[in-house]
Amino acid sequence: MNKINLFKPSKENLNIFLIIGALFFLLGVLDFCLNNFQGKNITFFLPGFISFFTPLIFGMIGLYLIRIEFSGIRLLDNLNKNINTSNFNAALSISIILLIIFSVAPLLNWFILEATFVGDSKEACTGDGACWVYIKTWFNRFMYGMYPNAEQWRVNATFIIVLGLMGAGYFSPLRYKKYLTFYYVIILPIISFLLIYYLISGGEFGLVWVETGAWGGLSLTFIVSFFSLIFCFPIGMMLALGRRSDLSVVKYSSLSFIEFWRGVPLITVLFMSAVMFPMFLPDGTYVDKLIRVIVAITLFEAAYTAEVIRGGLQALPRGQYDAAKSLGMGYWRLHFLVILPQALKLVIPGIANTFLALVKDTPLIFVVGLLELVGMLNLAKTNPKWLGFSMEGYVFAGIIFWIICYSMSKYSQSLELKYKTDR
Amino acid sequence: MKLKKILPQLITLLFIILIFGFFTMNAQENMDTRGIEFGFGFLNKAASFDIQFSLIDYDGSMSYARAYLVGLLNTLLVSVIGIFLCTILGAIVGVARLSPNYLIRKTATFYIEFFRNIPLLLQIFFWYFAALRALPMPEDAPLLLGSSFMTIKGLYTPAPIWNNFDVFMIALIISMVIIFFFNKFAKRKQEEEGIQYPKFLISLGIFILFPALTFLIGGVDLSWSFPKLKQLALTSFTFEGGLGIPPELIALTLALTLYTATFIAENVRAGIQGIGRGQKEAAASIGLTPSQVLKLVILPQALRIIIPPTTNQYLNLTKNSSLAAAIAYPDLVLVFAGTAMMQTGRAIEIVGITMATYLTISLAISALMNWYNKRIAIQEK
Repeated sequence: MNKINLFKPSKENLNIFLIIGALFFLLGVLDFCLNNFQGKNITFFLPGFISFFTPLIFGMIGLYLIRIEFSGIRLLDNLNKNINTSNFNAALSISIILLIIFSVAPLLNWFILEATFVGDSKEACTGDGACWVYIKTWFNRFMYGMYPNAEQWRVNATFIIVLGLMGAGYFSPLRYKKYLTFYYVIILPIISFLLIYYLISGGEFGLVWVETGAWGGLSLTFIVSFFSLIFCFPIGMMLALGRRSDLSVVKYSSLSFIEFWRGVPLITVLFMSAVMFPMFLPDGTYVDKLIRVIVAITLFEAAYTAEVIRGGLQALPRGQYDAAKSLGMGYWRLHFLVILPQALKLVIPGIANTFLALVKDTPLIFVVGLLELVGMLNLAKTNPKWLGFSMEGYVFAGIIFWIICYSMSKYSQSLELKYKTDR
Repeated sequence: MKLKKILPQLITLLFIILIFGFFTMNAQENMDTRGIEFGFGFLNKAASFDIQFSLIDYDGSMSYARAYLVGLLNTLLVSVIGIFLCTILGAIVGVARLSPNYLIRKTATFYIEFFRNIPLLLQIFFWYFAALRALPMPEDAPLLLGSSFMTIKGLYTPAPIWNNFDVFMIALIISMVIIFFFNKFAKRKQEEEGIQYPKFLISLGIFILFPALTFLIGGVDLSWSFPKLKQLALTSFTFEGGLGIPPELIALTLALTLYTATFIAENVRAGIQGIGRGQKEAAASIGLTPSQVLKLVILPQALRIIIPPTTNQYLNLTKNSSLAAAIAYPDLVLVFAGTAMMQTGRAIEIVGITMATYLTISLAISALMNWYNKRIAIQEK
């Protein structure tokens, strides 16, 4: 047995240092847990200030003792390399570990262990945790708004058909591929509009008419984002081309259009569509609230899309333009066959970010009185039978939006990889 | 050839004129039938509504123009606080994302992915309606840091009471001017003679010393007013004295900061990653110390990448602060486009003014940042 110098961890006494270090580390965690969850302070004899930091100090001593280079144990080496390179790093690592312990346990309690899942009224929720009964009871409202329960199959059917049509384009045989853009930009929106008009709105073919004011919940989020997404892309493309045009009238009108929409908040645009826009129409004409909202959001996001696409256009080398021109291509053929396909590939992340922003902006339509998911939550929150469950509602909506947005951003990353070409 | 250039322009022009003409004609007709006169005269009339939170003196007897100013200041207040906080948080998280420490890196990534994928409005609602509502009532609130109270009615902190505040401010401004000229002088000395001064330390010294002097000789005096619990009725308590920060402002600032910081963190990360390894190695090989490498080589180049997208985020934050209307924080949109419009019914003028205000702020910030960007851009010789 070699002599042990406690202040200099060395390879010779690896096991002893490992055991002592791990013990110190566990002691720190134990002290922290007892302090926070049991209300017991095992270091009560120390002055308050030091007692508060004991978990950190114990943990740091522990990590210091096991900081042995080239120990030969792969796990330990990895650990040291990744979270334990210096005292400062060790302190940060321990703070984060303690923070995770501190937040995970109560969250787990709230979400699952003490939560209520069974029941059908507020009285069922007796535990300290979340009351998921609330979400269960209001689920239909959160999904479909005030849409009549008996008619909700129509919304489902529409979404399934539209999704199917979108998938059909994706899996279409190779020889139809050249019509794909045409299909997505013109045919699909028309079909979806007709579907929504006849199936969701109803009024004909023996279907009960449901006014747009009754639409709501997550399905409305989808409808608004779907149409705005589809329309804002071609408009943004034209604006981007317009902004780079040689014709000064076209250039400056596109420029001012883009800068106007980018300079104002969406909420004022929606205000405008709600209270100001009717003043600009001939007396007696009425445009449906939903359509006004979709137009407003489309124009707003088109300006952002235009700037993103312009970035792509600017990134292309001049040679591409010159080469296409020398082949005798005119303005439109040059842009649609040579420039835009390359530019759009470059700006996939930017476009995805704009689309994400659009989806995240849809809750704002509460301004004009349309209640999508977040709006419905705020309505449900004020129901006298279900007071005091706003937390559950917001957490639920947060999870749904997070899943939608996160999968969209992951999808855009995969697209980016797929279309990446070496230049 | 000429025709090919002129025709599309003429068509565009005609199109724009037609649309604008159509809208103005209809607006004119609509206003005539409703008996509304277009004009901004209403701005001078008494507003006769109250505003919960105001930075300047305001009551219902003052004009709509004054109410507009109150709303604008509230918007600017939340924007400035938000920009300040989210820059700090974003820079820290952005650097943390590149940390060699696995735990720190993953925590930063988790934070970014979590907060950027949830709608801002939802976050504001969450903080305001769910998180801050869980705080204790004033009478049960625990003491924080020995002087503040975090209650359901807001945060109460000690308020500074100044004597001769203007003297202090003037000293502050003078010290900044001195620092500006000193830095210019130091830079010239370094470029011409190679003499280096401890610029930061001297600047800091001037910045602290000058205002501190005013306490001794300028007659400036600072005392604190602490919040005290006061009973209004049997079960109703409130705090008196001190500085009361309304929960709306806290929720809004919190949500805006946490949301925008994720984007700024990504910008910072991209900026630092965008600098080639070679730069760092080359700087080290000519004998610069690590702090000099960071200050003279990495940061100036990284800032060039970071600033343009970050400016956009500042603009977004300012525009997003208009979501305040959803939780009744009296910002420009709520006060002016909300309450004032309901009372006057002047949709066109008020929405127009509101949009023009935001447009001005946006264009001003982007002009400022363009100027700064041009200043730090690579000057190729």
